[in-house]
Amino acid sequence: MLSRRILALAGTAALAFAACSSGGTATTAPSAAAPSAGGSSPSASVAASASAGPSLPTAADLGSTQGQSINVLAWPGYVENGSTDKTVDWVTDFQNTSGCKVNPQIFGTSDEAYTLFSTNPEQFDVISASGDASLRLVRGGFVQPVNVDLFKSYPDIFDAIKDQPYNTVDGVHYGVPHGRGSNLLMWRTDQVKPAPTTWAQMFDPASGYKVSIYDAPIYIADAAVVLMTTKPDLKITNPYALDDTQFQAAVDLLKQQKPAVSQRWTDYLKQMDDFRSGTSNVGTTWQIITNLLQGEKPPVAVDVIKPPEGATGWSDTWMINSKTKNLACAYAYIDYLTSPETNAKIAEWFGEAPGNSKSCALTADKNHCTIFHADDDAFWKDVWNWQTPTEDCVDGRTDVKCKGFDAWIAAWTEIKG
Amino acid sequence: MAGMSAQAVPATRASVTRRVSTWMHAHPRFRLGLLLALPLLWLVVVYLGSLGVLFLNAFWSRDPFTSLVVREFTLDNFVTLLTTEVYRTVTIRTVTMALLVTLTCIVLAYPIAYYMARVASPRVRGIMVVAVVMPLWASYLIKAYSWRLILADQGVIDWLLKPLGLSTPGYGDLAVWIVFVYLWLPYMILPIFAGLERIPNSLLEASADLGGKGWMTFRRVIFPLTVPAIAAGSIFTFSLTLGDYIVPGLVSTTQFIGNVIFVNVAQNLPLAAAYSLVPLAIMLIYLFIVRRFGAFDAL
Amino acid sequence: MNSGRAARIGLRLATAFVLAFVYLPLTIVVLYAFNESGTNAWPPSGFTLQWFGEALDNTGLQQAFLTSVLCAIGATIIALVLGCLISLAVSRYQWFGRDSISFVILLPIALPGIVTGMALSTTFSSLSVPLGILTVIVGHATFCIVLVYNNAIARLRRTSRSYEEASADLGAHVFQTFRYVTFPSLRSALLAGALLAFALSFDEVIVTIFTAGGVKTLPIWIFQSFRLANQVPLVNVAGLVAILLSVIPVYIATRVSSEAVSGRT
Repeated sequence: MLSRRILALAGTAALAFAACSSGGTATTAPSAAAPSAGGSSPSASVAASASAGPSLPTAADLGSTQGQSINVLAWPGYVENGSTDKTVDWVTDFQNTSGCKVNPQIFGTSDEAYTLFSTNPEQFDVISASGDASLRLVRGGFVQPVNVDLFKSYPDIFDAIKDQPYNTVDGVHYGVPHGRGSNLLMWRTDQVKPAPTTWAQMFDPASGYKVSIYDAPIYIADAAVVLMTTKPDLKITNPYALDDTQFQAAVDLLKQQKPAVSQRWTDYLKQMDDFRSGTSNVGTTWQIITNLLQGEKPPVAVDVIKPPEGATGWSDTWMINSKTKNLACAYAYIDYLTSPETNAKIAEWFGEAPGNSKSCALTADKNHCTIFHADDDAFWKDVWNWQTPTEDCVDGRTDVKCKGFDAWIAAWTEIKG
Repeated sequence: MAGMSAQAVPATRASVTRRVSTWMHAHPRFRLGLLLALPLLWLVVVYLGSLGVLFLNAFWSRDPFTSLVVREFTLDNFVTLLTTEVYRTVTIRTVTMALLVTLTCIVLAYPIAYYMARVASPRVRGIMVVAVVMPLWASYLIKAYSWRLILADQGVIDWLLKPLGLSTPGYGDLAVWIVFVYLWLPYMILPIFAGLERIPNSLLEASADLGGKGWMTFRRVIFPLTVPAIAAGSIFTFSLTLGDYIVPGLVSTTQFIGNVIFVNVAQNLPLAAAYSLVPLAIMLIYLFIVRRFGAFDAL
Repeated sequence: MNSGRAARIGLRLATAFVLAFVYLPLTIVVLYAFNESGTNAWPPSGFTLQWFGEALDNTGLQQAFLTSVLCAIGATIIALVLGCLISLAVSRYQWFGRDSISFVILLPIALPGIVTGMALSTTFSSLSVPLGILTVIVGHATFCIVLVYNNAIARLRRTSRSYEEASADLGAHVFQTFRYVTFPSLRSALLAGALLAFALSFDEVIVTIFTAGGVKTLPIWIFQSFRLANQVPLVNVAGLVAILLSVIPVYIATRVSSEAVSGRT
């Protein structure tokens, strides 16, 4: 008869070995997913697999959504389930009709989204990826090509955001466009007089503002946008295509701005806290932040503009994890989110132009699409949607090398000091 | 022994355990092996092994196009760390903050620990131990976040200082210092308290007999005896400050080592791994130093 | 001991100041748990109990709480077993590397959490181990071992070997000696260590962020709640409840460790 102690030891050893040994479930890919593009010769293999034609799922492959459950990694405001505001909910109805559970998780920057997605490759089934995350996800093999014919809403999506370089690679679609918007300049109307009119003022400490800026390397593009107006001899044509000289100028401008910066935000609630208390009184923001501040009791006195220099912006794509086990629900929920009614609600709640052209007739404010220029291509000419800078200049120049995103990340660390 | 063998139990049952035990008694090395097997497997294989994997990653690089790790040996990361000024600046800033926080914690912790250990009555001492330990159970995140509210413009401190014509220091390095001191203070109070409690009264009586007045006794007898305890507490205050990135993110815009590592974890894992060797090395050196002060015995 | 009157008054003042410093933020947390407006504006606008009601309804919070308890229990058990084993090995035997082992045991808690977290998560991903509750427990147990070890070794150093030898002389075999002689004297030290380990695991966030995958322990839930507008007040409620609940284990721990603290003479 073994003593209880040895039994306990053996049991603990078993537990320890179980914890330490490699789990075997990590690498089952769904049957319909195309080969991923990961590895050390990326562009070649993406092209190769694309020209061979990835096998896209068919309606029969999807199956039923009943009993499935998806984790959705989304920008704040995109997947509301009533927890922010009881009346704002486009999750519960979907859950009731489809039988699939939706678990939202929000992130603050594309880099954070990429980090979350890439370090937990099986955790999230669906992600709303902006242009500066989408291609990194594609190249890393984290997301799968989608069959756009399976989305009822797809034909109604504005043409201007379909087949863009950040959601379509060599003719292969990697997601469904959601909507687009521009970053805006917000200020405390009761503390800052006269009101600021240009981004350049925000970059100049002499203006005396307490500035709140977005804490991500992609913000360097905002400095480049300012330089497009203030230093035209730099000949910047695209703020994501910066050669050495142009890049250095943008970095210098940000270093010049640094003494005025009172906050760098990634959580939109933190920007709200700072504007409410007055720690910051001018900053780069999203429309939803302004709306929430104006809607508080008592309301915070803020206003927004898109300055004449143009702005950076974003155009988001709903993408599907290449390893998801809940493909049916992923397709169903994305279709739901991009359907005219829901897309209208999200666009109004977040404050952006909807992706579905039929949403414009369904927004509560009939002027919504006009205000957000949903169909106004001229407006978007000076809005530079987030995209990942690469060494092959994205503006098409071949005579110089541009700075890749690596350099942007390193420079951002340096700027912050 | 004679009595045991006369018991009416089935001879085989007792003797298996007894035979194993006797065998083990004669083979102490086997007993030792049995004791050590599991912990060493855990600590050496799992923990040190994963540190080794991190160490390996520091010598690899990243494909800029796919952001995936390329497993070819390179020293590029270390070159970057040494040549780019910002990494030096951040390291120095973090180490300075860690030392400052440690010193402040010692200064704040000693009087209260002394009071608890040597001045307070046993009943008060019991209450005070509970009072000091309780905040450790309140969530670290909630405590840090509450400081964010306290230090905000028009927050609590502003409200308290306005009648005096002052205002809150707001967010920044000062705020980071205050919050770190706040969070790690109990980790310094407890070891010093334990160390002071361990000093026998007889030593102090002897010192008094030899003519030492209060301050002299403190300086020459009490304080030196508590140095190991102070060193032990400083391990926590130093190490916890060295690697933290959440607090600087909540109450400042300044970058510390933890922030730089965290930002790079997915974007550039090899660089993050290389940079994480810096606090690791600093901490190993620190541990060697405090070990000489007897910290390991006073934990 | 005579400290002089001025010194005593100075000590009392210093103690009062430090205690006020320590409890100020906790008071703020309590205040905000009852704050009517859900925002972080100061001063609080009114009194309400609604957040407690919402906290009771919030399944995410409850789930996170249970997950944290589960992980803490798992980590504590592993830490107890491993800490006990290794403290017996260190205190009762001589062997090569004995002095450096205390260094290695201390490392997980002495090294910055971000280093430990990164190391573990990189290893798990290269071994294709899925992140989840087990990986969280592994991470927590690793730095909780030292808490059990320290208490156990201090106790073992103080108890004389002669009891165990006497037990063997009286005919007890190895396991009986452990069960009837060594373990009882070790019990309260192990309990103190277990309480510390539980507390540390329950509140740990940095290593957990790296090893949790999608699992939400309470600290992770709190961290994510900071970015969800209407959940911030719930965080204050969770904080208040944690403070209140902590009285029990703290009381137990101090009672238990006061047996362990040696007398003054």
